[in-house]
Amino acid sequence: MLRLDTLRTLIRRHVLVFDPLLFAALAMLTAISLVTMYSAAYETPSRLDAHTRNLILAFVLTWVVANVPPALMLRVAIPVYVTGVVLLLGVAFFGEISKGARRWLDIGVTRIQPSEALKISMPLMLAWFFYHYDGLTRFRHYIAASLLLAVPVGLIAKQPDLGTSILVFAAGAYVIFFAGLSWKVISGCIVTGVAGLPLLWMVMHEYQRQRVMTMLDPTTDPLGKGFHIIQSMIAVGSGGLDGKGFLEGTQTHLEFVPERTTDFIFAVFAEEFGFIGACVLVATYIAIIGRGLVIAAQANNTFSRLLAGAMAMIFFTYAFVNMGMVTGILPVVGVPLPLMSYGGTAMVTLGLGAGILMSIARQTRIDLSNRHRR
Amino acid sequence: MEVRDPALELQRLHRRLLVALLLALVCFGILIGRFHYLQIVRYSDFHDRAERNRITLVPIAPQRGTMTDRNGIVLAENVFSYALEIAPGRVADLNRLIDDLANIIEISPADRRRFRRHLAEVKNIDTVPLKTRLTDEEVAKIAALRFRFDGVEVKARSWRRYPLGDTAAHVIGHIGRISGDDIERLEKADTLSRYAGSTHIGKLGLELSYETELHGEPGIEEVEITAGGRAIRSLSRKPPKAGKNLQLSLDVRLQKLVETWYGERRGALVAIEPATGDVLAFVSKPTFDPNLFVDGIDLQSWNALNNDPDRPMLNRPLRGTYPPGSTYKPFMAFAVEQSGVRKPKDVIRDPGYFALGKHRFRDSRPSGHGTVDLYKSIVVSSDTYYYGAAYEMGVDAIHNYMKPWGFGQRTGIDLRDEATGVLPSTAWKRQRFKQPWYPGETPSIGIGQGYNTFTILQLAHATATLANKGVVMRPHLVGAIEDSGGARVRERIAREVGRLDLKPEMLKLVTDAMVAVNRTGTGRIPFRGTGYTVAGKTGTAQVIGIKQGEKYDASKIDERHRDHSLFIAFAPAEDPKIALALIVENGGFGAQTAAPIARRVFDYYLEGKLPDDTELPWPTRQELEEMRDVPESSEPEDNDPDSLDAEAPTSVAPVATARRAG
Repeated sequence: MLRLDTLRTLIRRHVLVFDPLLFAALAMLTAISLVTMYSAAYETPSRLDAHTRNLILAFVLTWVVANVPPALMLRVAIPVYVTGVVLLLGVAFFGEISKGARRWLDIGVTRIQPSEALKISMPLMLAWFFYHYDGLTRFRHYIAASLLLAVPVGLIAKQPDLGTSILVFAAGAYVIFFAGLSWKVISGCIVTGVAGLPLLWMVMHEYQRQRVMTMLDPTTDPLGKGFHIIQSMIAVGSGGLDGKGFLEGTQTHLEFVPERTTDFIFAVFAEEFGFIGACVLVATYIAIIGRGLVIAAQANNTFSRLLAGAMAMIFFTYAFVNMGMVTGILPVVGVPLPLMSYGGTAMVTLGLGAGILMSIARQTRIDLSNRHRR
Repeated sequence: MEVRDPALELQRLHRRLLVALLLALVCFGILIGRFHYLQIVRYSDFHDRAERNRITLVPIAPQRGTMTDRNGIVLAENVFSYALEIAPGRVADLNRLIDDLANIIEISPADRRRFRRHLAEVKNIDTVPLKTRLTDEEVAKIAALRFRFDGVEVKARSWRRYPLGDTAAHVIGHIGRISGDDIERLEKADTLSRYAGSTHIGKLGLELSYETELHGEPGIEEVEITAGGRAIRSLSRKPPKAGKNLQLSLDVRLQKLVETWYGERRGALVAIEPATGDVLAFVSKPTFDPNLFVDGIDLQSWNALNNDPDRPMLNRPLRGTYPPGSTYKPFMAFAVEQSGVRKPKDVIRDPGYFALGKHRFRDSRPSGHGTVDLYKSIVVSSDTYYYGAAYEMGVDAIHNYMKPWGFGQRTGIDLRDEATGVLPSTAWKRQRFKQPWYPGETPSIGIGQGYNTFTILQLAHATATLANKGVVMRPHLVGAIEDSGGARVRERIAREVGRLDLKPEMLKLVTDAMVAVNRTGTGRIPFRGTGYTVAGKTGTAQVIGIKQGEKYDASKIDERHRDHSLFIAFAPAEDPKIALALIVENGGFGAQTAAPIARRVFDYYLEGKLPDDTELPWPTRQELEEMRDVPESSEPEDNDPDSLDAEAPTSVAPVATARRAG
């Protein structure tokens, strides 16, 4: 009897580690992802296999991380962050240039892209920081936190990698926001930023302005970058209310949708499943983000709260920026759609993020049941 | 310090989380609004466009601009020929199709390899060339049997052709297939969309440096396609804008003749019209056939060109740096006068050497030239005169006086990757060798020896500046640019970029001395009986160091270690129409091979005479002996135990060291 009880506890502790609501939303997203990829990769079936493999990898990662107690994450926050920044410096000085940007570092055995790791280690570090100075936070602590954020973001922006630097910045900024940076400072930053835009425009070179104009109005370059965004908007719009139907998307299957398995996979989905499908997908993301924020609210120390909040909002940033760019309301920066786009790197990042949320939710549950037992 | 209140803080965090949730909801709300706008409000519009999206935009590559010489002779053109192309989308078994085609016309393994490579690169609706430049017979054969092959097309394609072959190849350059590196570069410059539909891009020479002008703007054709991606009909067409045509300043007849006169010799010649900076001839020998590169050079030809010890791919006038030898002296003469170390009439005694401590810098003529003033120093090419003057001036003063002539500086000619060469100074040596300048190194600088190395282009540019009385004109190979309709976009350019302050009496003195060089001095034999006056100066650059006490004997030395022969000149001396500098690698001393080529250039350019070689022979053996005045070593006697702090310059000189005289 005792043995069975132990086994049951073991299973509950280490196998059934998932938060049911979050898990349901993620499972829903995975299902949508597989269906969409089947269509998008219809002409290149090996993509579907690789995507499936990536999803499994992400699931395993989520499960492993869900078993890691937040206390351990707290301990590794500094070393992970410092390693990440050192590697970024390595990239800046010794990195390999590919496609005009210096993003990769050859560490002998393999090539790595350190900027990716910062998406997780940045909020981890800042959550540690505000946990460490819990309750003592004054203005100078926010300055210090901003510096911790600015260094890696600057290094990544210099590579240049606009998409990643935006994501890393956002991830860190959420932590600082949740930590309680005063509204006065926040609105001050926003006003300064908006006021600075015309100034920036004035000091820009003619070709840089040209580039910004193309970004804002893609129709000016119909053979170049504009072509992609115009075609993806046609795909989304022609989906109509209920879509053209599974495997029926002409834009997709006549190969008018660019990058249709990666950054523009939302166009494939919206073409075939229409407005209704798009709303369902958005609802799924809202469920993930909402549940993540609830997990943050219920967590029982500052570190877990800030980290969980940031993880939930990372999903938001990815999803919003990606869908915004595919539908032409945001400029095209290389940000994938969470768990939908093909690509291993983002899958690892988001798998880790989901795992961290699961782990924090689990810790809250364990603490709660301990308290009850007592 | 704030008072800690956990409950309050938690409350604040909860508020913030709520704000974040609201932010997410608002943003997603905007997205939903956008979906609504695209998918409901504008549905019918996008629906129609998707339907019409059986319509695709096909870029049409523009015609590349042509190149002609100053007299309208075509140097680079586009010719049409037929190509056998395959639409891979319509062919089930490519290998079988190609095998079948190979039974009708010859298809080489190289064609097959190229086809495979192209196949991997193209987008879905293109056809891929299998065999290019079909003969009429091949076209007829395929046309007759075409019903048997679906997906096979014979298309008219335009090719770049360089009708003169290897003439002026280093100037014209060539185009080649757009590579991955090119795409990266275009992407960075944000001009990739201009290359939609283009297959080739400038790779070398003017084809590279005038790529923007030559390429043109692509057109767009709207084509209706089937669901399978096959074009059915053209709906509308915005024609491409052809590239601009270049008219070169080059006189390609002269260029061709010079290349012939060089024969098998290696070397470089640059001829410039002093008043305008028009480059009339820009010769690099040996040369290569740029037509080989247009469609991708085959490995065998590439290896042959690359491994050739004569280095035909090296653009010698632009990239080859050589010591100027005694051709440096006319320019040094100005520096001597400007610095004030000698007045023109000041006379020195030339005992056949210049002594610095116990160290002797020897003159080319062991017995010396007697008493020498500035004028005579040029005519007889007195080394002793310039050793002393240079030593007194110091290397930095020499550097500052010679820099305005353009020595050791890029001339700004319209070709890429111009070499700078070296105009030495103390700062340069400290930076290059982390060593101070030793005074004992200075005398050799005065005779164009030591660390000095310049391009033949720089030497010709300086000579043109001298001929133009100190007005510096930027040298250029392209004179005018025309749009495809023939209207001038840019007129002939003569751009003054500087002015040297040269005293008229000094100009006259140096010019007269250079005229005397060709009347009574080292250049007298090649310039016998000219109908015009030539101002010139011979020079000799040593390839290997000759040991102290050893005699230079050309017949005993391996050909590649023989001296380089240099010559600078302009004519007519009183009203210069052409200035030039040239080198014949391993051609012996200046008057031996370089000056005779210069003579032929002037005869042709000024008088339209085409000398046949019997009428104007190369100098005879006996005449050569008369002209020779470069008997033995010029090396400082550094075996002297009490030697100065001089470092032997030969040990570090980049290409070769110059020997005095010439």
